[in-house]
Amino acid sequence: MTLTVEKTVRAEVRDPLPARPKWASKVVVNAALLLATLYTLLPLTWLLVASTRSLGGLSGDVFDFSEFQFFDNVGALTKADGGIYLRWYLNSLLYAVVGAGLGALFAVAAGYAFDKFSFKGKEKLFGLVLVGVLVPTTALALPLYLLASELGVVNTFWAVFIPVLVNPFGVYLARIFSASQVPDEVLEAARMDGAGELTTFWSISLRMLMPGFVTVFLFQFTAIWNNFFLPLVMLSDRELYPLSLGLYSWHTIVAAEREYYPLLITGALLAVVPVVVAFLSLQRHWKAGLTSGAVK
Amino acid sequence: MARSSQKRTERGAAAMLLGPFMVLFVATLVVPIGYAVYLSLFTERSSGLGFGGTETLFAGLGNYLHALSDPAFRDGFWVIVGYLVGYVPVMVGGALLLALLLDSTLARAKRFFQLTLYLPHAVPGLIAAIIWLYLYTPGLSPVVSAMRDSGLSWNFLSSDHALSSVVNIAVWEWIGYNVVIFYAALQAIPREVIEAASVDGAGELRTALSIKLPMIRAAVVMTVMFTIIGALQLFTEPVILNGANPAVSATWTPNMYAYDAAFRKSDYGLAAAASILLALAAAALSFVVTRVSQRRTA
Repeated sequence: MTLTVEKTVRAEVRDPLPARPKWASKVVVNAALLLATLYTLLPLTWLLVASTRSLGGLSGDVFDFSEFQFFDNVGALTKADGGIYLRWYLNSLLYAVVGAGLGALFAVAAGYAFDKFSFKGKEKLFGLVLVGVLVPTTALALPLYLLASELGVVNTFWAVFIPVLVNPFGVYLARIFSASQVPDEVLEAARMDGAGELTTFWSISLRMLMPGFVTVFLFQFTAIWNNFFLPLVMLSDRELYPLSLGLYSWHTIVAAEREYYPLLITGALLAVVPVVVAFLSLQRHWKAGLTSGAVK
Repeated sequence: MARSSQKRTERGAAAMLLGPFMVLFVATLVVPIGYAVYLSLFTERSSGLGFGGTETLFAGLGNYLHALSDPAFRDGFWVIVGYLVGYVPVMVGGALLLALLLDSTLARAKRFFQLTLYLPHAVPGLIAAIIWLYLYTPGLSPVVSAMRDSGLSWNFLSSDHALSSVVNIAVWEWIGYNVVIFYAALQAIPREVIEAASVDGAGELRTALSIKLPMIRAAVVMTVMFTIIGALQLFTEPVILNGANPAVSATWTPNMYAYDAAFRKSDYGLAAAASILLALAAAALSFVVTRVSQRRTA
């Protein structure tokens, strides 16, 4: 009874507002989102358009599509400085694919161990790993350089490759994934069957942890692909550069040698492609990674 | 008996699974920091007339005092403070606003907006900085020429606008990332709570401000903390603007100062001390932020 009264009262309160403001606020909300989207997309659109221009066309009208030099730019890019750009691209793929693959495997194994096994000092050790999440990566790069130069491994593949294998945040994520995706009963059953713990991890648990593995891999792949400070301090041999450092080396000379502008722009565009493709095709995974941090 | 052997195999398995990560963790995190602390206590001085190379002297806290008393290093922290004052409200406020808009019943095409807002985060920071440098450069930039045509004169590369130009690049890179985080936190709010609010007659705006916002405080605090830690490391964007903008010197941020100390001055002790001060500042700030947020929620 009271309920119906309340409902009618509320209907009266609401009804005087006609449908128009709802429609209007819908337009305002979506227009604001669209505006933000323009802000995020236009610089990338500019990069795309600029990669089709010759050096002279770069300063011209953006809406003038009369010249299309994209393939000439790509051709010049592969030939510049003896084809060094392709070398940088391969280096980046090597650092990022192998580094993220191994790094994610180590992180998932460690997260799984933290979740499923009990041993002395476990939570203290996990706490130490979490402190590692908070250590600024660039504040770490110089100490790493100083250590590497003491060990005489500066300016080698390993100086850049080994530090990127470590992903404390991946361990944190993997522990959460392991707790939610691998039921303890599965381990009990495997133990009953006499399977060793490592065999169980490798042939049963890892398969169940695959979505988590892909998430950790994706984040680490992006972090390594985008890494700039560590290669900058470690490497002086151009043959070892990843894309970020290679493009930076062109950036430092472009003011004097303007013919590098189209190379730099086209090179930057092609360098963005793998990460963008990875994120578009693996949407479910990066959202899973971000949300498990946020909802905690 | 069976129980204890089970314990032992578990411990063995845990050691095998943790081993690779922990070895690398110690080798690339714990040892370098320890070594940097050690190095920061020494200084090198060339002996005699430059013959016989250099000798290493124990300096105690000398390198720390040197860094802290160097106006260039201290100014770097003031740059970070100015950067945070501009960046945190715009980026966190903007991301919150966009996430609340996305979460409202009025928004359409939510997946599309999430994806397009997030996209800049996939772009390497170095490339983002290069794109924006070109968008700031008169003669190259359609933005500058469009502004000039409409009578606006804003020089992105003048020394007065150094901070705002760097802030803009960082906002572009990070806003969508945080929209996705805030949106996920908003989606995790039980729908009954929001329905109850709307049954009680609260409009969209009211629900957003007094129901949704307080409920995602934890996510906002996390973001602010990571944003501050990230800000202390500011390096790539100003390095790209260095040379194009007269205000952005080679020691503009603390991180640039440390890099400059190591590679231009070859003063490893000073570089190590500056890196450690930076890490300590990050640790102290994240401690303060978590403390403050805990007190508020308690």
